[in-house]
Amino acid sequence: MKTDLLTSLYVFMLAAFIGFEVIRRVSPLLHTPLMSLTNALDAIAVVGAIILAGEHKSNLSAILGTIAIVAATSNAVGGFFITDRMLKMFKKSPTKKP
Amino acid sequence: MTPQTADTLIQVVYLIAAALFILSLKWLSSPATARRGVWAGELGMVLAVVGTLLHHGIVDYKLIAIGLVLGSVIGVPLGMVHMTAVPQRTALSHAFGALCVTLVGASEYYLRAPNVPPFMMSVLSLEVILGSLTFTGSLMAAGKLEEWLPQRPITYKGQNFVNLGLLAVAVGIAVVLVRHPERAHLFPAMLAIPFVFGIMMIIPIGGADMPTVISLLNSYAGLSAAAMGFVLDSKLLIIAGSLDGASGFILSVNMSKAMNRSFTNVLFGAFGQEQAAAAGAEQARAVKSATPEEAAGILTAASKVVIVPGYGMAVAQAQHKVRELYDALTKRGVDVRFGIHPVAGRMPGHMNVLLAEADVPYDKLMDMEDVNGEMPQTDVVLIIGANDVVNPAARTDPSSPIYGMPIIDADKARTVMIIKRSMASGFAGIDNPLFYLDKTLMLFGDAKSFVGDILRELSGSHH
Repeated sequence: MKTDLLTSLYVFMLAAFIGFEVIRRVSPLLHTPLMSLTNALDAIAVVGAIILAGEHKSNLSAILGTIAIVAATSNAVGGFFITDRMLKMFKKSPTKKP
Repeated sequence: MTPQTADTLIQVVYLIAAALFILSLKWLSSPATARRGVWAGELGMVLAVVGTLLHHGIVDYKLIAIGLVLGSVIGVPLGMVHMTAVPQRTALSHAFGALCVTLVGASEYYLRAPNVPPFMMSVLSLEVILGSLTFTGSLMAAGKLEEWLPQRPITYKGQNFVNLGLLAVAVGIAVVLVRHPERAHLFPAMLAIPFVFGIMMIIPIGGADMPTVISLLNSYAGLSAAAMGFVLDSKLLIIAGSLDGASGFILSVNMSKAMNRSFTNVLFGAFGQEQAAAAGAEQARAVKSATPEEAAGILTAASKVVIVPGYGMAVAQAQHKVRELYDALTKRGVDVRFGIHPVAGRMPGHMNVLLAEADVPYDKLMDMEDVNGEMPQTDVVLIIGANDVVNPAARTDPSSPIYGMPIIDADKARTVMIIKRSMASGFAGIDNPLFYLDKTLMLFGDAKSFVGDILRELSGSHH
């Protein structure tokens, strides 16, 4: 097995552990924003699509890459946008009553 | 800038983006820091995209620009949907994420074949199989949630056999391709079969199973992105994919626990199965009902009230009226809380978002464990559009199909009031003994108008 691959597997394992530990702490209150935020972060797949479309190694890969950029970008833009809209709505009750 | 410097710079930018992504989720753990989490995620994303544009191999910026602009144009309206449409929007975004991953995977195969080493071909197969089935599965889920497709589960004999058979064929093709990556004619089949499987997988799923299904599709989307990270040797993508996969996995486990389904049951997508067996003997037992006037009287006399909302509240669009009721009672000195069951609604956390949108303060939204601890001291529990999640048979009746499912112990409160259209049973078709208790009052009517009537009574008695 190549060392790159092994490093990648280590990264995968560590990221999965961090993911479990960090996400376990997210309150059920915020599970909907959690899902939309992780979805937006997942749109980082756009970097692979950008390279594919930009390198233009074949017409097929350029076209598929461009469609992939559209799909991922709409996820990133829409995902961050709606997560922020949701989080803005979560307000504490006023501490002092008039 | 030499290509080497650019490459180093790109790698450093990716490293920073990865750290920002982890911080983003860490900050999401509390409502106080959550918005900072979104900003961290956005910053990481922008840095990574700008960094990628420096990649020396890029010769064609026109297509990239078209893609980014078009994606933003589609993304903005998807970020502006109404809060009640968030479940279908989420399903749609799983579909888009999976589409991106599948298309990139397919391109990579055609660019590299026949020189694809076995491990590479394995992760590439995993990437496109998961991506393809998540794409159609999520589109189906979005269609059901938007009610373009029938919400009821459609089942037939041998369904699981057909579905698992399809999946087995796809995996079989993947195995052949790993050993013979040059057999390019097999690749389209490896895309097409999971594509069909994704549709078949969602056909038997009913509306009430959606929280589990959406979480599971979320997990698949994350895993396929992580697999894409292996194919492209992108550590950043592996990290983002694992975070998304872990999040979807945790939510799936939470949801399946909250519905008392085993985890294998969830993994194999055997959702709607148990529902058919449900319908029990329906006895015409007597229930007590009350008018809005009586309900208003009981609520004002209480000192502690817990409101338990369900999907019915969202369907009736009653959340704003419910918040007015919360305001009116709080003004009278009544302590009002909300008890939220994990699977209330159509996706994890759905009720919280709807109530937060209606301006209910989040510190009044309590999860199941916390609210159950307070139930014996609660004067009135008011149930709006929920049924199975408050069914005490889950605790007491081993013959009940939902036996063992954790519920909100509404029956432990001093008085129970249930707003309901009629005596029809819940999604599982199970009779609810809660309706027949001595302390239970049925409030028959539409959730929104009934709460409106209670409010009118409250303001009337005020003057």
